[in-house]
Amino acid sequence: MNKVVAEHQGYLMQATNATIQFGGLRAVDSVNMNIEAGTIVALIGPNGAGKTTFFNLLTGIYTPTEGEILFEGRSVSGKKTHVIADWGISRTFQNIRLFKEMTVLENVMVGRHVRTKSGFFGATFRTPSFRREEKQIQEDAERWLEFVGLIEYANDLASNLPYGAQRRLEIARALATEPKLICLDEPAAGMNESESADLDDLILRIRDELNITVFLIEHDMKVVMNLAEYIYVLDFGKLIAEGLPAEIQSNPAVIEAYLGQDMEAAIKAKRRALLEARGEIAPETTPKPEAAAKDPVMMDSDGVVMVATEDNKEKNDAA
Amino acid sequence: MEFFVQLLIDGLTLGGMYALIALGFTLVYGILLMINFAHAEMFMTGGFIGYGVLNLLGSESTIATVSDTLPFMSFLQSTQPFFTTTAVGFILMMLLTFGISAVLTGLLGITIERFAYRPLRNSPRLCALISALGMSLFLQNFVLLAVGHRMVFPTPEFLANLDAVPLFGAIRIAPIDLIIFITCLVLLFTLDRFVSKTKLGKAMRATSQDKDAAGLMGININSVIALTFFIGPALGAVAGTFFGLKYGVVTFNMGLFPGIKAFTAAVLGGIGNLRGAMLGGFLIGVLEALASGYISIAYRDVITFAILILILIFRPGGLLGESVVEKV
Repeated sequence: MNKVVAEHQGYLMQATNATIQFGGLRAVDSVNMNIEAGTIVALIGPNGAGKTTFFNLLTGIYTPTEGEILFEGRSVSGKKTHVIADWGISRTFQNIRLFKEMTVLENVMVGRHVRTKSGFFGATFRTPSFRREEKQIQEDAERWLEFVGLIEYANDLASNLPYGAQRRLEIARALATEPKLICLDEPAAGMNESESADLDDLILRIRDELNITVFLIEHDMKVVMNLAEYIYVLDFGKLIAEGLPAEIQSNPAVIEAYLGQDMEAAIKAKRRALLEARGEIAPETTPKPEAAAKDPVMMDSDGVVMVATEDNKEKNDAA
Repeated sequence: MEFFVQLLIDGLTLGGMYALIALGFTLVYGILLMINFAHAEMFMTGGFIGYGVLNLLGSESTIATVSDTLPFMSFLQSTQPFFTTTAVGFILMMLLTFGISAVLTGLLGITIERFAYRPLRNSPRLCALISALGMSLFLQNFVLLAVGHRMVFPTPEFLANLDAVPLFGAIRIAPIDLIIFITCLVLLFTLDRFVSKTKLGKAMRATSQDKDAAGLMGININSVIALTFFIGPALGAVAGTFFGLKYGVVTFNMGLFPGIKAFTAAVLGGIGNLRGAMLGGFLIGVLEALASGYISIAYRDVITFAILILILIFRPGGLLGESVVEKV
């Protein structure tokens, strides 16, 4: 294992040959990625491509087995998650992980933990500085709730919030840690049209008003194409494409990856159709697999490529 | 009626001690989902440390000579005739005894977590449980060999000379019981406030609900766990020292029954639930006192545990277990 010593090139986040291996599986495989401060960058790819695993590497849940991830020039390898949070990376989760038995306000107050000082002594003896700080924490938390539009729910239990609001609460909690880079793991998952439009708006405000760099995993291609200024595409742990949204939309490797991963039946059917057209095999007599009936790749009137991922499919089916 | 109230008072005093110990079980369970079987030994060790400190300090009069030199003595004496030199000496002695016992036992708790539990944190849960049993045996035998199997606890003169406090009618409460009861209430209230209101309390609750998410939000999980392993044993040590003061003796295996009962109290209240542990502690104490008063001293444990079984049949999650209010 030759350790690559990455050279800091002024990017906010810089992954060099980042790899993590679980047994024989390279869940993230030699990924090179740069994120410039102040941008909105999306990471897309089929389910199981290693996107969340990459977030886990970046935020310190896993340590890269090879390569390096630098944040502001410092390597995150082997650092505890709370240290990385202190450096200024915060995140949300694909499957919402709020502190369910705490109120909405308390959830955000927990996010302030890393930016406040007083400890056990102050809390035990309720020193004036401790009390001042507690008050400050609460005011800050309220400010973040206002920012994401949840202030009226402040005293409700987090688990009682509607789904879309829970996602926004996760964002508020992440913002409360005052990150420089916020990693959003499928923030639009399970949201309806209007909720995800509000989300687009919120993400833009995070970048424009708070000047926080946004790193986004998202399946909803509308959200991605609306927001992202640069896109990375992962498949089977490998970076298969990167570029501007327009470039990614027309990238055959990307479309192929989505098809191959998500809808094996669909790609089989497509291959078969291709081979049939070439006359290399006899036309199929049995009915085609059901999945092939619905084309997983669609293009809307704006020319935005819609890829039917698991999430979108469920949504479509539900609609 | 008087008999009943007298039993109730006994039960509440005992229950206060159970509640203090039960909190240690429930705090650790809430955060690590682990039953810390060595926790009963924290109670025992706390008692022995209290014994040691009291012996070192000597009598109140030695402390009184020190307290005479304190600048605020004359001020105190001028406000209240109760604050004689011996009284202030006694108060200082108690503060020192309980303070030192709680802090040292708390540090012992942190040490045990660091070396006996943390290395096993990602192992199957059974491993930590066995490690805890081992710690429990080790501590008992260590105290047995290093100190002795049974130590007579010195009773402070001031306490021995205090009269029982009349409540109403013929009902009296022993000064030590009153002290125990009030101290327990104050500690329980403080802990409850600490956990629900302060930043560190929130960090503890966040950690107990989702360790990974808490870490990613900037909470140092290891220090929160260490804090838990300080608070639990410190409270247990207070109970242990009270036990010594009340019954006049500490033994190397004194943790066994109070430990089992406190654990029961934690389960009864809903393990992992702080207020549940407090409620459970008082409930077990009162049940035990009533059972021994009205039915039979010999059968009090049988009766207490029989009631426990009944309650758990109908509420398997414990009394406050299902509608969790405050979980740590």
